[in-house]
Amino acid sequence: MTTFEVVAEGLGKRYGPTRALDTFDLTVPPGTVHGLLGPNGAGKTTAVRILTTLLRFDTGRATVAGYDVLRRPDEVRARIGLTGQYAAVDEILSGRQNLELFGRLFRLGRREARRRAGELLERFGLDEAASRSAGEYSGGMRRRLDLAASLIRTPRVLFLDEPTTGLDPRSRNQVWDLVRGLVADGTTVLLTTQYLEEADQLADRISVIDAGRVVAEGSPDQLKAMTGGDRIEVVVRDAAELSQAARLVAPICGAEPELDPEVRRLSVPVVDRVAGLVDVVRALDDAGIAVEDIGLRRATLDEAFLHLTGHRPDEAREPVAAGRKADVA
Amino acid sequence: MTTVIADGWTMTRRNMTHVVRAPEELILYFSLPIMFVLVFGYVFGSGMQVAGGGSYREFLLPGVFVMTMLYGLGATATGVALDLSRGVVDRFRSMPMARSALMTGRSAADLLRALLEMSTLLVCGLLVGWQWRQGVGKALLAVGLLLLLRIAITWVGIYLALLVRNPDTVGVIVFPAAFPLSAISNVFVSPELMPPVIGTISEWNPLSATVAAIRELFGNPGLGGDSWPAEHAMLLAVLWPVLLIATFAPLAVRRYQRLSR
Repeated sequence: MTTFEVVAEGLGKRYGPTRALDTFDLTVPPGTVHGLLGPNGAGKTTAVRILTTLLRFDTGRATVAGYDVLRRPDEVRARIGLTGQYAAVDEILSGRQNLELFGRLFRLGRREARRRAGELLERFGLDEAASRSAGEYSGGMRRRLDLAASLIRTPRVLFLDEPTTGLDPRSRNQVWDLVRGLVADGTTVLLTTQYLEEADQLADRISVIDAGRVVAEGSPDQLKAMTGGDRIEVVVRDAAELSQAARLVAPICGAEPELDPEVRRLSVPVVDRVAGLVDVVRALDDAGIAVEDIGLRRATLDEAFLHLTGHRPDEAREPVAAGRKADVA
Repeated sequence: MTTVIADGWTMTRRNMTHVVRAPEELILYFSLPIMFVLVFGYVFGSGMQVAGGGSYREFLLPGVFVMTMLYGLGATATGVALDLSRGVVDRFRSMPMARSALMTGRSAADLLRALLEMSTLLVCGLLVGWQWRQGVGKALLAVGLLLLLRIAITWVGIYLALLVRNPDTVGVIVFPAAFPLSAISNVFVSPELMPPVIGTISEWNPLSATVAAIRELFGNPGLGGDSWPAEHAMLLAVLWPVLLIATFAPLAVRRYQRLSR
């Protein structure tokens, strides 16, 4: 018996010559949010479909909520919720009818299904639209209804496959708040996303996946640290002074700054952030170099991703810049 | 077993609720046969003759009943394809429900729908002068044969949807296929009056078997010639649908299971 709610060991799935998943490993402890971060086609959805019993796999082993997904799919299905990329609700039925239908199929009695539907509609702010067809809902409302449908029987493990793709910022925040509430109540969440901000906001741990395998795993801070941490950025007023500024900054930070003459900017990694910044300001001032802008920039997950996979998460996988592929121990 | 029935019934009710909430589709499927009755019965009908004599409209109505069952193929296949394309099937498949319920629910709901369509058409038929002449018992038997055909067509439709998946493509396939299928049969014209090759094809058409059998049961004219299929219409009207079900139900189930590949 394992103490993890989700375990995947060496999962592999091929479609003809394409490896959708290639020795995919994952462990998610109870009550946490785990983010699967990767570009389109990286294998995120394939992993979710396998773990939610929708798809068979070729190699490896997977358990969810303590049950083998291949041998005991019904036990798994009774304990999970799934909200997919496309809101999977019945578009002709009303919001209330949808939740009652799914409630009945989750083995609730008629009265209990009705009660639960009413409760969820209220909690998700859909009670006013309860009798309208789901097909008439806005994108955000439909996603909330979809999420509500996954929660009819409070699931032990909730799978969210790109839950906010295509939503406006307000709806996105609503979904995030709902997810945080669920986790506070003890649900374990596996979240796939191509938005770094989403992973950063919600996930306790993140697996960066690319080409069907996990290329890095850690907390958001750990992943950001992999890019080399924080940097000081200076924009000088006169482009002619840029190289002089670089000569002054290099010994303070102990690294050669990167120069971008076009925008008169230098950028340099820094370890002791505040002391470094103070020293740089003082040195430039002493030298009489006019500074237009100066600041500390924290590493973003975006850079971590670029560093780890050689491309940005919203880019297609093909045009990988030569030499950018990072070695991850 | 109880969950198979309970979930099947839940899904049947879901599909019936669709009919109530979106009746436009039903109107479409009603208007087509009524249009055929009016166009063929009153416009072309004046120039039509029935082999062996008799009223053309009375000859036509059993054909239109069968055609209505055939056009149910569109409703079934489009409904299943819509479910597949909108991801709601994924939700069902990720839930601890009976796997069969999606198909049994569809099949049962379509049968109820067919019953509704049949009762409306029978009334329309009576209004234009059609009638059953062999008593209620045989008339009910005829309705039974129609519903058997509808079940067979439902399974063809489910299989087609699982094969094609795209609801628009389903529409493009079904209607151009359904019309020749009903035209090259005994629905509108007696096969004896057709060129020999087409007449023979028409007589072996599964639809013709049901049409001929219910003409006999309703006591309507145009019982067909002395060819083998015409003589054994009743047998074929049972055999054809059973054969179709035995072929397409397992194919559909296999396709459905292959969704997890």
